[in-house]
Amino acid sequence: MQEIRWHGRGGQGAFTVARLLGQAVSLYEDKYAMAFPSFGPERRGAPVLSFTRIDEDVIRDRSDVVECDYAVVLDETLFGPAVKKGLKENATVVINSVKDADAFPIEGCTVVTVDATSLALKVLGRAITNVPMLGALIAASGIADLESACKAIDTQLSERVREKNKELLKLTCDAVKERMGK
Amino acid sequence: MSGEKQFISGDEAVALAVKQAKPHVIAAYPITPQTIVVERLADYVEEGELESKYMYVESEHSALSALFGASGVGARTFTATSSQGLLYMAECLHFTSGGRYPIVMMNANRSLALPWSIFGDQRDSLSQRDAGWIQLYVENVQEAYDSIFHAYRIAEDPRVMTPVMVNLDGFILTHTYELLETLPQEQADAFIPYADYANCIKFDEENPMNIAITGGPLLNMEFRFQQQRAMNDALKVIEETDKAFGELTGRTYGGGLVEAYRCEDAEVVLLSLGSLCGTIHVVVDEYRKAGKKVGLLKLRSFRPFPVDKVAEALSGARAVGVVEKDISFGYEGAVYSEVNSALIKKGLCPLTRNYVGGLGGRNFSKEDICGMFDDLLEGAPADSVQFVNLRGDIDYGNEC
Repeated sequence: MQEIRWHGRGGQGAFTVARLLGQAVSLYEDKYAMAFPSFGPERRGAPVLSFTRIDEDVIRDRSDVVECDYAVVLDETLFGPAVKKGLKENATVVINSVKDADAFPIEGCTVVTVDATSLALKVLGRAITNVPMLGALIAASGIADLESACKAIDTQLSERVREKNKELLKLTCDAVKERMGK
Repeated sequence: MSGEKQFISGDEAVALAVKQAKPHVIAAYPITPQTIVVERLADYVEEGELESKYMYVESEHSALSALFGASGVGARTFTATSSQGLLYMAECLHFTSGGRYPIVMMNANRSLALPWSIFGDQRDSLSQRDAGWIQLYVENVQEAYDSIFHAYRIAEDPRVMTPVMVNLDGFILTHTYELLETLPQEQADAFIPYADYANCIKFDEENPMNIAITGGPLLNMEFRFQQQRAMNDALKVIEETDKAFGELTGRTYGGGLVEAYRCEDAEVVLLSLGSLCGTIHVVVDEYRKAGKKVGLLKLRSFRPFPVDKVAEALSGARAVGVVEKDISFGYEGAVYSEVNSALIKKGLCPLTRNYVGGLGGRNFSKEDICGMFDDLLEGAPADSVQFVNLRGDIDYGNEC
């Protein structure tokens, strides 16, 4: 089972993207997935977590995610103890930042950065970084196909923003691949 | 014929099933973590996808009172609530079960104040044990969806005519998205055809009569006797319903009353209800791989209580742990008492222990479950009631 933890702020779409990934792999790739938010009151701007679990078999475990394979940080101001803890050995952490990965040292983990905010401003005209960070995660992990992520966007996001988000997803995915020499 | 697949939350799945069940009247008051159910239903009605009278009421007491009246004229009805809302309905729970109104309710299991908490445990519904409602507990989103169809079929069966409460763990099920296979509408219609209560007593302009009446010492017990008989008959109807649904969809829930997993040769069994059964299931598989004989018994129907099925599944176990998100202060968890009573009735006396946890949304980890199995495999703790995962860094005062 692979466990992904999303770090965002209330209103940045961290749960929407956890769901997009879950839908992509379970409806379009014959895998099983579970997506859930950090439970509790919803507050705009407050640090929030969300989770996606992915497996080849039915997922029955309903306990909290303790250690994850991937952490995705939508907002670099959230980088700190909450991001550094609860990572499996050799976990990958994908961070939205203009800085290089060296700026975010985490022992035993691979850190990948991408300036998703600039890409989002360029394509969407708004600094909404959940979908581009899904693209970045896909590039760094191969956890889902871009095509199935696009199908999830087609059913989950409003028609008005679908095409631009798909464009942004691919753009960010390519940017990260290039950076990682893939 | 199979349905379509969706990636959907427990709340959304319940709303979708209710839409397909086509209740004539919905009355509900929003409360976390049930809110999404009533929001979606309001949307369905507003957008014309569901032809239903949606009553916006000022409280849960009013919601169930409204359905009491609607069901009284033979309408199919639905409501949903949680926690304080369920308690606020308490008076009407008895009215509607006593009047034998086949109302279906979804309850999002949530803690009770004080301390105030919106997080999940099962103290709300378990505290309403004696309200005369059938209580089902579900493990995952698919079962939540399917159980709404079960609920209407059970509630409206002429042998039962008793309201049904379908319980979903707050947040853990209500807010978790997973894969769901829907029931094609034709199959839904065929599984729960609406039958006007032709042979039942109801408010009817053509045939005016007084119902929901006073019952003094001369008649009251006879009503209660019939209520008890209907509840006992419901055991059979719940089983028939699971079987019929299985024939239609291929999905069954252990026969409807309990779901036993690897209990046949198990030395130690953990019994639980709701979503926690999934986590226990995973640990059972891990322990079996290591050669340890453990099993899981999922209690799906808490009322009526399936004494025979519970005893049958536990008959080979030398130790039984009852894991519940509930405590009846001054004694033990409500489910634990029920299980012990069932065992004694059947002449079984395995060692039993009560693991109380998950209160106010506290996590149950796989390690917690391992700890319970290890306890029971190696000799159990002295105290019958164990608080799982209690913090050690709190000053509990002199008495502790």
